[in-house]
Amino acid sequence: MSSEEKTLTARDLRVEFGLPGGRVARAVDGVDLDVAPGEIVALAGESGCGKTTLARTLLGLERATGGTVAFDGVPLRYSTRALKAYRRQVQLVLQDPTGALNPRHTVYDAVAEGLRIHKIHDDEPGRVAEALSRAGLRPPEQFFLAYPHELSGGQRQRVVIAGALVLQPSLLVADEPVASLDASVRGEILSLLLRLKEEQGLGALVITHDLGLAWSIADRIAIMYLGRIVEQGPVEQVLTAPRHPYTRALVSVLPAAPAVKAAVAEPIVLAGELPDASKIPGGCRFRPRCQEVASGNAAAVLHQCSGEDLHVLGPEAEPHLVACHLDRALHGDAKMAA
Amino acid sequence: MLLEFKDLRVTYRGSRGRLPAVRGVDLAVDAGETLGIAGESGCGKSTLAMAVLRLLPKSAEVSGEILLDGEDLLQMGWGRLRAVRWTGASIVFQGAMHSLNAVQRIGRQIAEPILVHEAKTTPAAAARRAEALLERVGLPASRARSYPHELSGGQRQRVMIAMALACDPDLVIADEATTALDVMVQAQVLQLIAELVTERGVGLMMISHDLSVLSAVCDRAAVMYAGRIVEQGPAGEVFANARHPYSAALSAAFPVIGDPAARMSPGGLAGDPPDPVRLPEGCSFRPRCAVAVERCGAESPELLAVPVRGSAGVADAARVSACFVAQEGMPVVL
Amino acid sequence: MTATNALSPRALRRARRRQSLSRSWAAYRSQKTGMWGLVLLGAIVVLAIATPVLIDASALSVTQATGGRMAPPSAEYPLGTDETGRSVLALTLWGSRLSLVIGLTATVVAIVIGTAVGVTSGHIGGWYGWIALRLSDWFMVLPSLVVAIALLAVLGRSMATTITVIALVSWPGTTRLVRAQTLTVQSRPYLERAKALGAGHWHQMTKHILPNVLPLVLASATLLVPSAILMESSLAWLGLGDPGVVSWGSILNRASENGAVSAHAWWYLLPPGLAILLVVLAFMLCGRALEAVFNPRLRGES
Repeated sequence: MSSEEKTLTARDLRVEFGLPGGRVARAVDGVDLDVAPGEIVALAGESGCGKTTLARTLLGLERATGGTVAFDGVPLRYSTRALKAYRRQVQLVLQDPTGALNPRHTVYDAVAEGLRIHKIHDDEPGRVAEALSRAGLRPPEQFFLAYPHELSGGQRQRVVIAGALVLQPSLLVADEPVASLDASVRGEILSLLLRLKEEQGLGALVITHDLGLAWSIADRIAIMYLGRIVEQGPVEQVLTAPRHPYTRALVSVLPAAPAVKAAVAEPIVLAGELPDASKIPGGCRFRPRCQEVASGNAAAVLHQCSGEDLHVLGPEAEPHLVACHLDRALHGDAKMAA
Repeated sequence: MLLEFKDLRVTYRGSRGRLPAVRGVDLAVDAGETLGIAGESGCGKSTLAMAVLRLLPKSAEVSGEILLDGEDLLQMGWGRLRAVRWTGASIVFQGAMHSLNAVQRIGRQIAEPILVHEAKTTPAAAARRAEALLERVGLPASRARSYPHELSGGQRQRVMIAMALACDPDLVIADEATTALDVMVQAQVLQLIAELVTERGVGLMMISHDLSVLSAVCDRAAVMYAGRIVEQGPAGEVFANARHPYSAALSAAFPVIGDPAARMSPGGLAGDPPDPVRLPEGCSFRPRCAVAVERCGAESPELLAVPVRGSAGVADAARVSACFVAQEGMPVVL
Repeated sequence: MTATNALSPRALRRARRRQSLSRSWAAYRSQKTGMWGLVLLGAIVVLAIATPVLIDASALSVTQATGGRMAPPSAEYPLGTDETGRSVLALTLWGSRLSLVIGLTATVVAIVIGTAVGVTSGHIGGWYGWIALRLSDWFMVLPSLVVAIALLAVLGRSMATTITVIALVSWPGTTRLVRAQTLTVQSRPYLERAKALGAGHWHQMTKHILPNVLPLVLASATLLVPSAILMESSLAWLGLGDPGVVSWGSILNRASENGAVSAHAWWYLLPPGLAILLVVLAFMLCGRALEAVFNPRLRGES
């Protein structure tokens, strides 16, 4: 898997921040992840779980304090030149398109910026026009002179995507690409990502708190909790038959129409909120909020839950992997087999 | 009826001319009932909320009636209005951080409206009530001595709810009250809101862009587009079986996990909401509509009872839709 | 938006610049006081440029002076004469040239230094940013007249020294302003996007930060010019200016040294004093209007 072409790989990735008072926040605490061209991977979790830090680290905007990020088999180096070359391949799409565009730059300049940075001077207008039309802004010439404030939210996000596409990257990292957009516009942007994947083999890592979004476009999903991936696998398996108690709770509280609700088990509303990344509990990090621990279902493995840290889940695409002592006791150890 | 809008119209005067935000809305909320209002930014749903508490800017021209317990809020004197603002109706805003005073302990902020509106209450009694309210919304009473920045987003939203309940209002308006929250925290807050509605018998008007949230909490839902209500009915029905193409698109934007139809096909609409200064002729949704017929370009549809799919053309008075296609009993999605 | 088929990027950029310039100009025009300031400033500048044509330089020569000693205004000398018999009108008009040149040059130098230090210290930060900030703090708290006197004593009295002294005490204010603005721009997501596109520091500073900082710098520059002119006048009045040239300050200096006050020679004191007042007022009016145009930075975006 990791040797495959143009794949973005993270191995045992760790990012720590020093906090005042000598405490250390472990924002990303051991993550293995692969994103290959032609697949959309959703990284889901609550705010504060480290998903944005993970994305920034994958893009080289943040330095990893441990583990490696590699692209196409080559580990990421942080020299200016190496980063610049890397960024032609892996591009970022930010959450808020209004902030991501300089209000003083026209659409043309915003899209051409990447070309200018990488000193690609041949046929600049042609490349900009092509990127805009690939992002669904047609006819592109009509948008050249527009300023961001003259566009709607959906159009702005398309401009941001066009600005990433103009460098012909193999992968996009999109941090909540539709969270700030109106509901009816969301689908259009997601369809665009899906079309780019299907028609041009673009891969994407989509960071989101919205599991519905993963259901709409992702092939695989990784659920993150306090700096670790706690469950990952194909979207159908993870979302329709979740095995980690945290994923089960997340899926159960999704609002759904009553007709559907009847088929879904009672919502499991976890008490409390995500702990601070500087106070990660020992043992299983989810234990203090775990409904299985609270209900006594996990009594048989409780000593492990409170004393034994779980393995970092492997990046394999196929098997459905779960970091849970109880699940391991029930389903056998998939990790050991791999 | 606890709250009734009668042909409410709100127009903002701005540099680009007159901007109609609400264009003739009729709605009603009964005590103990929850009404959801769905729509996108700019559709007029927040203007509706602000109009109830007369919090609209000076540039707004308001016509029609807003009756709270039969009394027209738009005709009220300022003194009466001040009393109504906490005891009759209160509001929970989206940005709890901005709505709370950063340099005042939250206990005092909750007690403040009690002291202002109930002259007989002593500060000590108000403080005790504030603590009781905090416990009711699931926060320890000791939190009364905290400052807003010491709380998480979900806790602040709970404080906002406690504040809205401080003077035992008959009506609570929640304007995107859970939008900025995470899924799990949102579930906690929604559960709390549902409990409080049953327990206190207040009327709730809940405004959100997320039709799926409304369907989980509300009895009825109204969908707004370009300043008008385009569909109204039982919330779960509107979400699961929309009778207006716009509500159908809104529902599709929040797919039900496990629904094979939604897998790898994100729903959505082409185009953007119309510019309120230049609304299209006929039905204002027509430019984005996939099922529009000739008539839609000429006439603006009224909100009428529509037959529900599967009920053999029988119109259901509880379901109203402003769509000619739905009124004919035809499907509103391709 | 019109269809702009087959336009080169340069033409596009020009068109865009024209658009934004005309928008800013329209916003400026709506500021009535700013327009008054602009008219006043234009008149002063035209007068200063035209002076050599109107009045021969020989009018400044002490040896060729024809008037009486501190003679009151007359038909020949509309604003009277100084202690050597030169026309005060001629002196004031010629003085305007020097006052404006010194004020503008000193401002440009201060702005360039201030902007460069401000942008780099805000953008790069780290120990460099810390040192730059402390340095500007240090210059800011130095009493400007004392520094000026000390520097003039070392470097000798000349126009270049005056400009250096004024620039040296004026740049920290600009640095502060620019640094603060840089830090705000720095936190905008579009800088993150530029970084992710592979942009280096130079690109980020020149393409994103500077364009967002410059309008404010321009506005503050117009407010810096009058203070530079005032400072030049103070220095010259204290006798620290270039002795070989005529500026408003030096006219006032000579007037007070030669007893114009006790002689009740108001025509000697008032013209240069009023000229300073008018120039300062004109720049102030323009500066305030520019600030109003540029400061609500998201003007028109709602």
